[in-house]
Amino acid sequence: MLNDMELVQQVKQGQVEQFNELVNRHARKVFRLTQHITGNREDAEDALQEAFLKAYSRLPQFQGDSQFYTWLVRIAVNESLMKLRKRRVGGFSVSLDDPIETEDDFLPREIAAWDENPEQKYARQELQEILDRAVSSLPPIFRTVLVLRDLEQLSTEEAAEALNLSVPAVKSRLLRARLQLREKLSPYFRKGGQA
Amino acid sequence: MGCRKLLSEVSNYLSGDVDAAVRQELEAHAAKCPNCWVVIDTTRKTIQIFQGCEPYPIPESLQDKLQKALQKHYQESKGLNS
Repeated sequence: MLNDMELVQQVKQGQVEQFNELVNRHARKVFRLTQHITGNREDAEDALQEAFLKAYSRLPQFQGDSQFYTWLVRIAVNESLMKLRKRRVGGFSVSLDDPIETEDDFLPREIAAWDENPEQKYARQELQEILDRAVSSLPPIFRTVLVLRDLEQLSTEEAAEALNLSVPAVKSRLLRARLQLREKLSPYFRKGGQA
Repeated sequence: MGCRKLLSEVSNYLSGDVDAAVRQELEAHAAKCPNCWVVIDTTRKTIQIFQGCEPYPIPESLQDKLQKALQKHYQESKGLNS
């Protein structure tokens, strides 16, 4: 089986339909990313489509300095953020700026211990719904950093570059994102909690 | 190290991104502070659960739409190359 870079080369050399294989390989992961960042099904679908079309159009400029998938992720993140910026909720733009930070951000409210294998308390579909709800309730910039670092496994430096943030800014947002997600999941996973 | 300092470092600690001295201080504090131990443990589990999140299936309608749009681009490329 050809690796991503070999497929990219073939597409560049004119075997354009080989791009379908790249789509087949990565579309489900890209859809998870666009869904998590936009928090909206329609936007997630549009962002995915735009991401692949732009990736195809820009392929001649892709020099292979990073993995193809990392490059694709950057495009998909930009498309998702553009959707977020365009979407208006109640007449106000969704802000990608930081929410106002307060001292309370750091203070855990839930200090109950969790089960040893907490995810096993739920069926796959139910677990997915719990996670989706919790992640989409985080501020957009927090969930974007969380997705890039913890799901897509980008390094702090790669995430900083993709989001045009400094490295300390990425670390600070990741800290808050992880702690806030922990708070939101705790009622579901604490010992003796709802199952 | 106090509880607040530990909280500010917990994410870096779980990313393996603290130096040895901070790691030792943090672990020494957690060993005697049950609340901080729980926060570290549950934050670690939060990351694990999130990382276990599976890729999403692509709806057939989206697949069709994307495929049609790509085919158009492929044809344009072939036209340019011919």
